[in-house]
Amino acid sequence: MEDMIFYDRMQFAFTITFHYLFPQLTMGLSLIIVYFKGKYLLKHDQKYNDAAKFWMKIFALNFMMGVVTGIPMEFQFGTNWAKFSELTGGIIGQTLAMEGTFSFFLESSFLGLFLFGEKLIGQKLHFLTGLLVFIGSWASGWFIIATNAWMQHPVGYEILENGKFVLTNFGALFSNPWLVPAYLHNQSASLVTASFVVAAIGAFYLLNKNHLEQGRIFIKTGIAFGLVSSLLVAFPTGDWSAKNVVKFQPITFAAMEGIFDTEKGGSEIILVGQPDMELLKLDNKIAVPNVLSFLTYQNFTTEIKGLKEFDVSKWPKNIPGLYYSYHIMVGLGTILIGLMALAAFFLWRNYLEKSKWILWAIMFASPFPYIANLAGWYTAEMGRQPWLVYNLLATDHGASPNVSAGNTLFTLLGFVGMYVLLGLLFLLLLGRIVYKGPETTKK
Amino acid sequence: MELFWYVVVISMLTIYMLLDGYDFGAGIVHLFFAKKEEDKKAITKAIGPFWDANEVWLIAGGGVLFFAFPVLYASSFSGFYLPLIMILWLLMFRGIGLELRGLIKHSMWYAIWDKAFGIASLLLALFFGIAVGNIVRGVNMGHVVNGVSTYEPHYFVLPLWNPTLNPLAESLGVIDWFTLLIGLIGVVALTIHGANWIIYKTNSTINEQLKRIVFRLTIVLTVLALVSLSSWFLVIPHLFENYFAHPIFWIFPLISLTGLIGLFRIKTFKKDGTGFVFSSLFLAGGLASTALSIFPNFLPSTNTINPSLSIYNAAAAHYGLSVGLIWFPIGVVFIALYFILQYRIFKGKMDDGDYGEH
Ligand code: HDD
Ligand code: HEM
Ligand code: HEM
Repeated sequence: MEDMIFYDRMQFAFTITFHYLFPQLTMGLSLIIVYFKGKYLLKHDQKYNDAAKFWMKIFALNFMMGVVTGIPMEFQFGTNWAKFSELTGGIIGQTLAMEGTFSFFLESSFLGLFLFGEKLIGQKLHFLTGLLVFIGSWASGWFIIATNAWMQHPVGYEILENGKFVLTNFGALFSNPWLVPAYLHNQSASLVTASFVVAAIGAFYLLNKNHLEQGRIFIKTGIAFGLVSSLLVAFPTGDWSAKNVVKFQPITFAAMEGIFDTEKGGSEIILVGQPDMELLKLDNKIAVPNVLSFLTYQNFTTEIKGLKEFDVSKWPKNIPGLYYSYHIMVGLGTILIGLMALAAFFLWRNYLEKSKWILWAIMFASPFPYIANLAGWYTAEMGRQPWLVYNLLATDHGASPNVSAGNTLFTLLGFVGMYVLLGLLFLLLLGRIVYKGPETTKK
Repeated sequence: MELFWYVVVISMLTIYMLLDGYDFGAGIVHLFFAKKEEDKKAITKAIGPFWDANEVWLIAGGGVLFFAFPVLYASSFSGFYLPLIMILWLLMFRGIGLELRGLIKHSMWYAIWDKAFGIASLLLALFFGIAVGNIVRGVNMGHVVNGVSTYEPHYFVLPLWNPTLNPLAESLGVIDWFTLLIGLIGVVALTIHGANWIIYKTNSTINEQLKRIVFRLTIVLTVLALVSLSSWFLVIPHLFENYFAHPIFWIFPLISLTGLIGLFRIKTFKKDGTGFVFSSLFLAGGLASTALSIFPNFLPSTNTINPSLSIYNAAAAHYGLSVGLIWFPIGVVFIALYFILQYRIFKGKMDDGDYGEH
């Protein structure tokens, strides 16, 4: 039983982690492509259409990976988490079925037209199909996050005697106070990923001294979108999400901030430190007094409850993991804001191309948003443990009762093998696209 | 209300089989009959812009199943654990096979993805047929051994096969001679369906050959259908009970029969699309007849201790289902719009377009 749950969890964590490498780029990138297309329509400047065309190739590859790795996600609710599906299907089935009905059909119908129909349907309609693909992918994110928000903070339900959750208020699923902040935060974060990737490839071409015209467009656009989105990620959306966690999951909050003791007169914010779960304290910590209280409650002296105030049995299972994920996300977020601000300043002063080091920095920073995004999800998901549905349904009670550990291990290994192959292919093909570079149409 | 969602789920899955079915069929034709590079290209072009949208019918159908019949979703997805995950893997291979093929222009690269696409299609057709076979045959609900349930009444677990391959054995497996037979029917029927789609959407040089193949396969299909019908009686003795109770159900077997008869005349059709219409009739009628033969059950129980999963005991609560009545029809209107648009833009023969080939 223990093993079985463990493999189920590893399989879910592994497959969703891999899946999320792709939608985080495509959701953000679709907006940037729409921007390129729009600019082309307004200015009739061919180079923007060329930029759109180049990024559509990368989009197509990522989208394909997103689709291929997304299908197992949907199926896994039934295959590995049958008990969870049976008990909560009446509720999360709503949002998941709505995702299929409203966004997957939209995306998949217009994607083909968007990618291959430019000559067939003309420029204006082509812009429109791009817009629809963008709407479809953001709607997809909306329904998924609505599902997840319900698991983090269940609303609009009733529990029957047989343990089944039934929906009592449909509207509540979408007015869930957890949903809007999480959605906005997540979408800004996906825009951060896309901006960094666009800027990084721009930097690559500039440093390499080829495709200069396109490289400049990429870097400018990447920095503009990147600066705005990385600011949005921290404030207001990140801040708002943190306030939700304090309000609805105070134990999780204490664990992710690394606060063991309640401090009289206001909590410090931990910048660095390693949780020591034997002695229940942080080793080697560097902290700024009272700031956490201020950030959370706009008051330097409000008390924040430490972990020790709560019953140990209610603590998240993996406190160090939770703490590190959270600090990695926030730490990288700070670095990303700093880097983008600097780059924007250089761009404004026209120094950017001369200061090679910042181009190198942008290039090397492009994996950071991916790491921050995954770290953010790990924070959310590990913080929710040991619950599947917060405070109501334990993870141990959600797995399929009839699938043996041997079977789950087998499929887990299968997924690992398959995804390693997919990942290698993806990198190979991505490398080719980047290496070939954007094609330019002569005016 | 349950009835409405039953019709929705069955229709979505049937539409899925009709649409993705021609992709599988095209894959099988591609594997066995397309020798020249230009024919292979034509085939991938004929399904290129569609396969992804077709696959969404499965995902969305699964989603609606989850929403309307969570118990059935939980029970069957976990009970058919291994075969389902394998179907997933195959679907993934099929998808990347189609999408990656055109990205590098090299004959060895082509060869790899052609095979991936073809073999995955073949196995998928087989597996989906086997799945249908499993559903009509039923499963050991609650995993009853010696009169005692091992699991809660609505859970079961099936190994991939049982040692005797006997559908009447006490310990069942996913594969036995009966489900394998239905699987073969699936392969043959979808090959015909895919060949018809290729005839309809392309000018490839193999189209004439394909018509002959469709004709021969139709004979095979008829024989298989007759064999399966008689073995069907062996496995499920009261096959026709539902039909005598509700005579209106006879429409569906008749539709299927019309399709089959039509297929025999494949060589005489003036329009290239006619064959496709008939194979669609055959498939749709056949799937609907199968579903109705076990109605109102979804997944019959082979033991007498635990009940079958029916549209009533597997459904979600009423409030949730009735909210769905509001948003779902809106979604359907949109889906229909996209669908019409898509097929109008990509109408006619697809060989010469420079789209669809990735
Ligand atoms: C580029 C990615 C990225 C960056 C730089 C940040 N985040 Fe984040 N964060 C995410 C990407 C992300 C995410 C992956 O998108 C999450 C996971 C779930 C969600 O909705 O968004 C998330 C969740 C998330 C949560 C919810 C955790 C939970 O549910 O338990 C909080 C409190 C924050 N973030 C706070 C912040 C703050 C204060 C940041 C300051 C810089 C920050 N994030 C930067
Ligand atoms: C990209 C986004 C996501 C990432 C990276 C992610 C990551 C994870 C991780 C690491 C776990 C394992 C937690 C643990 O065992 O400690 C997990 C579990 C799980 N997550 Fe997520 N998750 C994401 C989004 C979602 C969404 C959107 C949903 C629901 C719709 C969801 C539902 C679940 C479920 C059902 C489990 C299994 C039970 C469990 O171990 O908690 N996840 N996820
Ligand atoms: C348990 C969680 C998840 C499930 C069940 C799931 C399911 C799926 C499925 C079935 C697809 C393929 C759709 C198609 O064929 O067109 C897909 C793609 C996609 N998913 Fe996920 N997904 C999950 C997590 C996430 C998360 C956390 C996000 C982002 C917030 C996300 C956003 C997307 C997007 C935008 C696509 C479109 C393809 C792409 O842009 O790459 N998904 N997902």
